[in-house]
Amino acid sequence: MTVISTTTNPETLSLTLVAEFDADVERVWQVWEDPRQLERWWGPPGYPATFEKHEFTPGGEAGYYMTTPEGEKPRGWWRFTRIERPHRLELDDGFADENGSPVEEMGAGHVVVTLEDLAGRTRMTVLSTFDSEEQMTQMLEMGMEEGMKEAAGQIDSVLASHAHA
Amino acid sequence: MVVDQLDDTGIDRLFQALADPTRRDIVRRVTLGEYSVSGLAALYAMSFAAVQKHVAVLERASLVSKEKRGREQIVRGNHEGLQSVRRLLDEYEEIWRQRAARIADILAEEPKNN
Repeated sequence: MTVISTTTNPETLSLTLVAEFDADVERVWQVWEDPRQLERWWGPPGYPATFEKHEFTPGGEAGYYMTTPEGEKPRGWWRFTRIERPHRLELDDGFADENGSPVEEMGAGHVVVTLEDLAGRTRMTVLSTFDSEEQMTQMLEMGMEEGMKEAAGQIDSVLASHAHA
Repeated sequence: MVVDQLDDTGIDRLFQALADPTRRDIVRRVTLGEYSVSGLAALYAMSFAAVQKHVAVLERASLVSKEKRGREQIVRGNHEGLQSVRRLLDEYEEIWRQRAARIADILAEEPKNN
């Protein structure tokens, strides 16, 4: 099984995905580093991604568009904020206008990818948040992590009982 | 609010509403029990008006509902609103699950010499 676990938290607008692959860390790193491989998996079937720019260095930017079945080309941008080959990659991402410029009012998300060696296999963890890392860090420092987890569990049970009502 | 028919404006509102730590804290509290606006205002180092504004943003995003009771305005969590956030995250989760599956497919191909 490729995907080991996924966790979503509606209050932090975050998703954590853990997946394991039958390939070594160097090989898995390539699917992020090489834009030709990246565009084969980034977009869903029928919405291929084309990376026109892929500056894979800290501070570098990437620009891509997806082609929809209707022929539209929605654009996105990335900014690589941290690259530690081949174990860690961080980037900000967001929507871009037709010239590829970030649409500021749409905000930015943040993605942290870590690759761990499991004796020749690779565990990839993707943490994606729809918020700034600063805010998240601030919250953790305020000691709210546990409270958040608890609240999320309670929201789930509230929602579950609500659904049956 | 019909959660199945959230349009783009509704989605933007939801995400913007939750992109603030104070508003997330308000949502967390009022989901567990109702609060008056003044009760909430006492919890944060900001003015009553500022807290009222946060509540208004959450109300527009259908994450909380507000009701006048005597002199107080009572705020409580709107479960449908929270459920639509979860639904959006579930969709996003599915996107990433599929991406991981496609990566596995690429890795399963004949090793390339780079």
